Amino acid sequence: MASMTDEDLKQMSQDERAKALGMTTEQLTGKSLYIEFDPEASERYTYPWSHDVDFNKRTEIDTDALSTTEVNNAIRERMKEGYGTIVLKNPRGKHSLGVGILNKLNLIVDGSCGYFAIGLIDGPNVRITGRVGWSCGENMMAGTVVIEKNAGSTFGAAMRGGDLVCRGSVGSRTGIDQKGGTIIVGGDTGALSGFMMQRGRMVVCGNAGKNLGDSMYDGTIFVGGEIRSLGVDAIEAELTDLDRQWLTRKLTQYGLMPDKGVDHFTKVVAGKQLWNYDNLEPSEKKLIL
Amino acid sequence: MCGIAGLIHKGKSANVGSEMTAMLQALKHRGPDSTGYAVYGEPTEGDYVMRLKVAEAEDMGKGRGIHKLIETRIADVEEIMEDAGAKVKSRDAVTEYALRYVLSHAGNTGDMAKSIEEVEGVEILSMGNGLELIKDLGDATVVSEMYGLKDFKGTHGIGHTRMATESDVDIKSAHPYWAFPYNDVSVVHNGQITNYWIMRREMERKGHRFMSNCDSELLAVYTAHNLSNGISLEDSLRQSIDEIDGVFTYLVATKDQLGMAKDTMAAKPLVLYESDDLIAMASEEVAIRAILPEEIDTTDPYDEEVRVWQA
Repeated sequence: MASMTDEDLKQMSQDERAKALGMTTEQLTGKSLYIEFDPEASERYTYPWSHDVDFNKRTEIDTDALSTTEVNNAIRERMKEGYGTIVLKNPRGKHSLGVGILNKLNLIVDGSCGYFAIGLIDGPNVRITGRVGWSCGENMMAGTVVIEKNAGSTFGAAMRGGDLVCRGSVGSRTGIDQKGGTIIVGGDTGALSGFMMQRGRMVVCGNAGKNLGDSMYDGTIFVGGEIRSLGVDAIEAELTDLDRQWLTRKLTQYGLMPDKGVDHFTKVVAGKQLWNYDNLEPSEKKLIL
Repeated sequence: MCGIAGLIHKGKSANVGSEMTAMLQALKHRGPDSTGYAVYGEPTEGDYVMRLKVAEAEDMGKGRGIHKLIETRIADVEEIMEDAGAKVKSRDAVTEYALRYVLSHAGNTGDMAKSIEEVEGVEILSMGNGLELIKDLGDATVVSEMYGLKDFKGTHGIGHTRMATESDVDIKSAHPYWAFPYNDVSVVHNGQITNYWIMRREMERKGHRFMSNCDSELLAVYTAHNLSNGISLEDSLRQSIDEIDGVFTYLVATKDQLGMAKDTMAAKPLVLYESDDLIAMASEEVAIRAILPEEIDTTDPYDEEVRVWQA
């Protein structure tokens, strides 16, 4: 692994690259390629084909007259030119903005987005000054996303890593099928939040709707306000000192620390009476095995 | 999928025709099959606006016979109106198969409406002092142009872009639905009603008529039934969450109110904007941004949420 360079990887086919990285037992087709990185490389957690961008190089894209595809292609073009800070102006609720960015980048959306904003990202730091529609941050792998206003339903669905933060309230089914990372909600969340959650943490500073954590396999949910009802197999657990420290650190980091601290938060975990999901993520296997 | 939208101006009239067109056109991708409007103009006490269709759009390709048939149907409708004591103040043939009447009528408009609908192929789309219900095949700009909606002034309106799933692509299955025979009440819906047939039979046993097999029509009939029994709009919306099964978000408009209800699963979207003088809502934010491009705050109503606003 240590002797393999990014340049070597770039020259390989998808299948060869996977095998070279030790993923020989998995049948890889289509988009199932899992990418491991050289732990000794100076630029860890970047894709071999990612662009070398400079955060101090800033540009704006006026999205008003552009389609979603044109906006997302323009982001890639600007990254290719080395821009590390990109501001999207006049988004006006367009869907699927900023989807699939696999690069380090500071992306600022000056306004509100529609559905599927910032989905499938791996690495960028994103700030959205308005609100977002359904499925913001769906399947995100890494990076930070901060939404200044409210968000729609299925916020952070199936996300696997990174921090997804909404300072306002979010809709229903927040973190459905969450597989990792952290979701933080400054306000309330709706019904069935944490439904089938598998990993990661969710923090709701306000109230949670009915059936919180329904059928969750694993993961942890912290709620600062009232919980209307717990879902099937979701149970309350004791808030540990480690939880308090983690909550304090995370909420302080995003300016959402309640005046009264974090002692009042309720911790919800899986009762594990229905099903115990204990498969490790590939990166975790690597650490343990 | 379908898209729904609604807006209500508090205490003033505005160009709701063009506002609704902008919102519905922004939702075209949610349903391109048909587009419908229920817009509310300034109420004219004593006068009624009746919109009706005397054929389906697709019927017009059936040869010369359909034109003769339409003439016969219109003559029958006007004879029934005359017999019921209604005075026709104006008649506009907006398309060959869609007409708009302004009537003065002192009697029971419900009885007259039932008689009119006995004419084969005729469906009253709406009747009321303020309500005008327009629906046809095509997107919002096509329907708006066809029916001259760009200058329509009023206080509020609801609309729908339809992706046909469980019933045909035709005008009778398009939304909105008028809450026949309850004047000035209309409904648009996004979702699927799973106890449709049970509820439909229950409503039919109580004497209500259905013109289509579209599950959304049930909500109009259900609302009409409740309102005619003295139940308030808000209570009817709240009651529907317990009695109607399925996933749904629907909007109901009356002469001076606009209401919304969201089912217990909250599986169908709605984005809501509220200010002191305007409330706007739609399946997607992009529709609200079509009339309010400036930065605004919007929210998602939660499961089992019911709201009613006054014009």
